[in-house]
Formats: sequence, C-alpha cells, structure tokens
Amino acid sequence: MAGHSLLTFSSKGIYCEQADVYIDPWKQVDKAIITHAHSDHARWGMKHYLAHTSSEPIMRLRLGKDISLQTLAYGESVHINGVAFSLHPAGHIIGSSQVRVAYQGEVWVVSGDYKIQDDGVATPYEPVTCHAFITESTFGLPVYTWPKQAIVMDQINSWWADNASQNVASLIIAYSLGKAQRVLAHLDTSIGPIFSHGAVANTNEAYQAFGISVRDTQRIIGQGPDKHTKKDFRKAIIIAPPSVIGSPWTRRLQPFSLGIASGWMALRGTRRRRAADRGFVLSDHADWKGLNEAIQATGAERVYATHGYTNLFAKWLNDHTSVKAEVVETLFSGEGEEQRDATAEEKGKGEEI
Amino acid sequence: MKQFAGLFTQLDQTNKTNAKIKLLAGYFDEASESDKLWTLALFTSRRPKRSVKTTLLREWASDLSHIPVWLLEESYHIVGDLAETLALILPAPTEENTQDLSEWIDYIREMESMEEEEKEVHIKHAWKQLDAQERFVFHKIITGGFRVGVSQKLLVKALSKHTGLDENNIAHRLMGNWHPDKTTFEELILSENIRDDLSKPYPFYLAYALEDRPEELGEPTDWQAEWKWDGIRSQLIIRGGESFLWSRGEELITEKFPELKPLTAYIPDGTVIDGELLPFKEGNPLSFQALQTRIGRKNVSKKYLKEVPVIIMAYDLMEWKGNDMREEPLSERREILESIVAKCPDSLMQPSVIVENDDWGRLAELREKAREYYSEGLMLKRKDSTYKVGRKRGDWWKWKVDPLTVDAVMIYAQRGHGRRANLYSDYTFAVWDGEKLVPFTKAYSGLTDAEMGKVDAWVKRNTRERFGPVRSVNPELVFEIGFEGINKSTRHKSGIALRFPRILKWRTDKNIKEADTLIYLHELLEKYG
Repeated sequence: MAGHSLLTFSSKGIYCEQADVYIDPWKQVDKAIITHAHSDHARWGMKHYLAHTSSEPIMRLRLGKDISLQTLAYGESVHINGVAFSLHPAGHIIGSSQVRVAYQGEVWVVSGDYKIQDDGVATPYEPVTCHAFITESTFGLPVYTWPKQAIVMDQINSWWADNASQNVASLIIAYSLGKAQRVLAHLDTSIGPIFSHGAVANTNEAYQAFGISVRDTQRIIGQGPDKHTKKDFRKAIIIAPPSVIGSPWTRRLQPFSLGIASGWMALRGTRRRRAADRGFVLSDHADWKGLNEAIQATGAERVYATHGYTNLFAKWLNDHTSVKAEVVETLFSGEGEEQRDATAEEKGKGEEI
Repeated sequence: MKQFAGLFTQLDQTNKTNAKIKLLAGYFDEASESDKLWTLALFTSRRPKRSVKTTLLREWASDLSHIPVWLLEESYHIVGDLAETLALILPAPTEENTQDLSEWIDYIREMESMEEEEKEVHIKHAWKQLDAQERFVFHKIITGGFRVGVSQKLLVKALSKHTGLDENNIAHRLMGNWHPDKTTFEELILSENIRDDLSKPYPFYLAYALEDRPEELGEPTDWQAEWKWDGIRSQLIIRGGESFLWSRGEELITEKFPELKPLTAYIPDGTVIDGELLPFKEGNPLSFQALQTRIGRKNVSKKYLKEVPVIIMAYDLMEWKGNDMREEPLSERREILESIVAKCPDSLMQPSVIVENDDWGRLAELREKAREYYSEGLMLKRKDSTYKVGRKRGDWWKWKVDPLTVDAVMIYAQRGHGRRANLYSDYTFAVWDGEKLVPFTKAYSGLTDAEMGKVDAWVKRNTRERFGPVRSVNPELVFEIGFEGINKSTRHKSGIALRFPRILKWRTDKNIKEADTLIYLHELLEKYG
C-alpha cells in the first residue's frame, strides 16, 4: 500500500499515521483503539487504550484494573490531530465495535469481528458507509450459511431437556466471553439449573458488577464443604470454555453429553473430528452471505480481507463483484484462516472463534 | 426422505453403538416396507447405478447458487466431501416435499434413460424441494459412499431388535446377490425359506489380531496353526451344478476367474468352501500386486490366465451335501475338507498348509520366517471351534509377522476427507537417493488425533508450495513407516511399491539425515519382493 494511505498495515497492526494510533495492535504501542475485548484483539501492554464503554469491565478484568482506558459510546467521536475516530456496533459480542476513521473527507472502517444476525445480547451490527473497508473473513466460504439463532437455540434446549430426562448432564462448550453469554441468554430455565465454569462465571460477574445484565448461574465449586457433587448436575446444563474438553475437570460431571456451539460445527468433518455428542452451528462471525451483504452495504470501493479464508474471499470479490479487494496479512496469517483455526485448536481456547 | 435424512443426521450425532442400534431399530419400526429395504441396500453398499456425472452436478450447483465453479472446488477441498459441499452451497428450498426415500430413489433412477438437458431440469427440480440435510443424503445416493459408521454388525443387531429374529440368521440373509428391485423386505428378512438363491454365501468368520502372547491361549495342541496368505478371501459355492465365487467384500467374482470353473466337475453339489484366492505359479504364491493387476482388467485375457493363474487355498468347509456345517467343530470340517480337496487338481485347489504346533516357542520362530514362505504370518484356530459370523474374538486369531519398516522424510501433505477434512492428514514420504529425496510411498493412517493436529499445524507453517489440496513442505519431519510387503513398480520413480503402508511412529528423535536410503529399500525388494 502507498505510504500516504489513511490506514496502513504495519508489523504492529493497523496504523493511522496521521493520528499515530493503532487499531487492535499486537505489539506494544502508545495509543491503541480496541474493537473488542477478545484476547487476540485486546492485548496487554499498550500505554493508552480506547474502546467501547461495554468493553471496559472485561478489559480491566483481563488486562489489569489500572490500564489507561478511555471509553466511547456508539456513534461518539474523538479527534486526534484532525482525524475523527468513532465506534459503531459490530454485533460480535457485547461492546464489539467497528472503528470508523475519517480524515479530510476520506472514510475507512475497520470491522473487527462482526456478525449480522441480532443475537439478542450484543448491540446489533450497523453498516457504516466508507471508502475503504477492512473486513474479517473468518468464514469467507460459500459453504458457511448460518441457521437462524432461534432454531439452534431450540436444538440446544431440546438436547438439554432430553439429557435431563435421562439424568445426564449437558456440557455445552462456548467461549467464555461472548458465546457463553449468548447461549445463556436463550436457555430455557424451566428445564433445569444452569452452572458456569469459573472462566465463564468470572466474565458474567465482571459484566454484572458493571451494570450489564447477565442471567445468574451457579458457579461450579470444586473444593470445600460446599463442593458440588455429581448429583447436582443430573438435570443441569454447564457452560464451559473449550479448554475443558478432555480434561480431568469434566470428571465431576459424569455422566454427561458434550455439545459444542461454534460456526466450525457447520462441517460434518469437523463435527466428527471433535468427537462431541452434538455440534451446534452458532457463530459470532458473519457467514458467507453476511460478509457479502456487509461489504455491499458499506458502499466501499476497496476492501481488505483479514482473518480466515482471505485469499479465496479476495479472489471472489475481485473476480465476481465490483469491489477491489486485497489480502491483509495479520499476526495470525501468512495463512490466516487455518493458522487461526489451528492455533485455536492447539490452545483449546481461541476465543475469537 | 425427511425420515431417512433424520436417521442419517441422528446416526451422525452419536458414537455410541447402543444408541445407533436404538435409532436404527426405531427407524425400522416406523419406515415403510420399501424404505426399509432401500435403507438396508444403501447401508450394505447396494446403491442405484450412477446416473449423472459429478462434474455436471458441480456445474448445475454453481449455476443455481451463483457460486463460480473454482470457488466450489476450493470449498470442496476444505469440506472434504462433495455431497456435503453441494448441499451446503445450494440455496434454501422453495417448495415442500413429502416423497419418501424409495420414491426419491425412483426419481434418481428415472435419469438413467434421460438426456443431459433433461437430467439438469430433473436435478434442479429436486434441489428446489430438498433442504440441506436431505440434499446431502440425495447426493450420497447419487454419488455413493454412505459412511455413517453403520457396520454390517450394527445393522444386523438393529434388524434383530426390529424383527425379533436371530442375529446370525439375519447376517446370512443380508449376504449375497439381492437387490431391492428383485425382492421385498418380507422376502429378504422374514420369509421362512432362506435358500431360494443358489448363489447366497454365508457370512465370513473373521479373526482379530493376536495381542497377547500365544502361551495365553493354552495348550498348543488344541490349536490348528496354518499359514496366512495375502490374496482375496473368498467363498466357493457349488450348488445346482453351478459354481459361484464370492469375495469377502461380497462381490461375485466368478467370471473373473474362469479357470476355476472346472472345479464343478470334482466337487459335489451342495458344497461351500472358504478359502484364499491366490495367484499361484510353479508351486509358489505370486505377489498380491500381480493379482490386483489381473482383476483390474475388464476382460481376462489368455496372457493373464497364463501369467497370473490362481488357485483356491482351502481353509474351511461351510456347507457339505447341502447341510450347513458351521456348527460342527473345525477338526471335523477340516477332515471332510481335505477329502474333498484331495479329489481336485492341485492347479485349482489345495488345502491350506497346516503347520506343526506342539510348542509355542518353536511356532514363534517359524512365524519369523513367514516371508520366506510368501506368507504374512500364521492363523491360529481352536480345533473345536464352530464357524462363527463376522469378526469375533476367542477361537480364531491372526498372528501376523511384524511389518517391515523404513524411516522416511515427509515431503508432501494433503488434506484428508471425511473425519479428517481440512486437516493435513495424508502424507507422501521420501528416502535418500544420494543427496536427493525420492518419494516412494503415501501413508494415511497411524497417527493419533493429537499427533495429527500437531503435524497439521506444522504443515501450515512449513509450506513451500501449494498445488490445490496438496502442499510441498520443508523436509524436516521423520516418520517410521511400516508395510507388509514390497514389490517392483514401473509406475513409481522409486521403482518400488509397498503393500499396506502406514505410519508406525513419528520419529521426533530423528534428524532427516538419519532417514533410510533407496538402496536399503531395494535390498528389501531383493529379499522379499
């Protein structure tokens, strides 16, 4: 890219030279705008952070109480050396934002992670008109089409009810930030009690303390006189992060059925490989149709694809739409898509997915 | 179709055998007679003839979904299953459908007599009625390859639960030459008379590999030991003056081996023999590869009859004088078998060689020499054993010789299919030829899921070049490859071809300089080829 571009892609992250500001940088910088609180976007060690108001509790929980953090509401702007920055709902998780960057009539938008479907928890995605759009493309393949959330939540609730009727606990795997709160909001509490793994409970409590409403659950107590025992879980659903799969932690739940809520579950091969009893197709990212609609809605002439099947997605845009597209290598790329997938699977967390 | 697609989805959602049996039995209780029959057919690989090419399906799906073919192809590489890729890419249905499985199969078969344009209309019409799940099943019926983890054993158990009939009886009924067009569920499974079909084979008794020491089996003299051969396990049926030859894969292969036809003159009616079809010349077995080449030919030419003649190495007697012999003890079956084979020409049939067995230690020493006898090892069979149905533990064991091994360097990786979709799970290996690495085999199995995950991540970080689903990688990883045999090959640059190659171990302790050489492989070829 030309050096005079409003945003450039540096080794530290997306950079606005005019304002000396980075967006979701992965190395330590002075000023960082954070699209959302997932750990691959909100990293430790920046001198000053700027993020959406609702990202604050999680960023302070994860990056430290004392970080220098300025917050904005959606639509509110800050000006730095003539550049206007504002945040707009991305629909990915609570507080997730697209970053609009405007300078001398030129407008760029950094999507961060986003989804189009209203999940009833995060503020719904809003398209922002721009000249250049930096979009994620995690699920940028036409085989990814999400079913409606209501259908998937029905599947999860009936799986839970079915298990409960046989005194089998339901262990649902969801990233502790985002997916967990989304699933939680739509569970049918008439079926049985809801328990949270510590990582999920910590996130829920941070939100609650901040005044963001999250349904109450029971935190699983592993030790001491109030320790939960197997019989407490017979009718229960337990929300836990991916790291518990196959770990000794799950022994306390036996017998249990394992469900995974993730966009990757859309493919039969992945479902079978993960050896879960059930795979629920529930993603906090845009599907193929969503990505294409979002890009059209921005009216952008230039699109930069990051994360996921970037090469294929950019080729599609260039060859078959009026948009000009380029691939942006991020920290995770070289091979964005798979690397990210692989990294996530290796660490057993990868909360961005 | 909804019912069958639902069954398919539910079967996919569980790894538990009992849950699968319950699902299947429940389905059989509900489904129509014709759907039951077709379900059995599909799960036992009896699918309708391929009536449309997959390249056409790709084009039409591309057309209907406005997804270019190249993107569809790329998606297929990642999904690892064409039927699924097409199902996922197509737009949501706009019409309802109420037809059941057999009606949809009829619909598919109508295409057999259609021109290409008509087929296109026909397929697109179907796509407008079927949801993604149903489309997936629809494509699987067209393209074949139903893999849902429903084994014959499982199907038999479910049918037994549904009908109340004995499992062995059902396993027998499912064998052989039946087709949904020519029978009914009633006739196939429930009718009194099981043997109207002269060609109907019995289910094979299959052995597990011996894992413990043979001493654990008890007295050696209670056990019959014989050489294990690497041919095609087969069943020869002589009934009604005709002969039928079945492979273990339940294929009728009589016509492929016309030289065996004269056996009808030596063996009386009402005889069924279990044996190994073996390429055999001048008193010794030939390589399996030779047999494979011969089978691959459409017509059996004089040349092959001469170059790769076959015999049946007789193992066991399943039927004699029209009576089912499977409940008789092996020692008695063997005695009659020997008397039958004695009357047949050596060039067509021989009894499998029984190895003297009065000491496990001596037998173990002999087993080490199996390759010198062109054998893969030994079979151990309890002398008083009945002939059982399917793979069973206890009375029969295979005790194969340890595989040959070579340390090799991974140089290409390819995405797998099915459960390994989008995972670099299929590798090409090389050995040293001077300073160069020469590819000599592929191997797909042998790593644990965790190891495969690690190798997959490594491949993605160490790619040199991409060729569609294949990548060349930096030569850094060393694996120990095991294989059963080695043959000369003119098709491969290395000049050799391996039998049953698989990964035994990821040698993280080895440097690529420590990998084996082509010279070493040619030494093995010299010795065992």
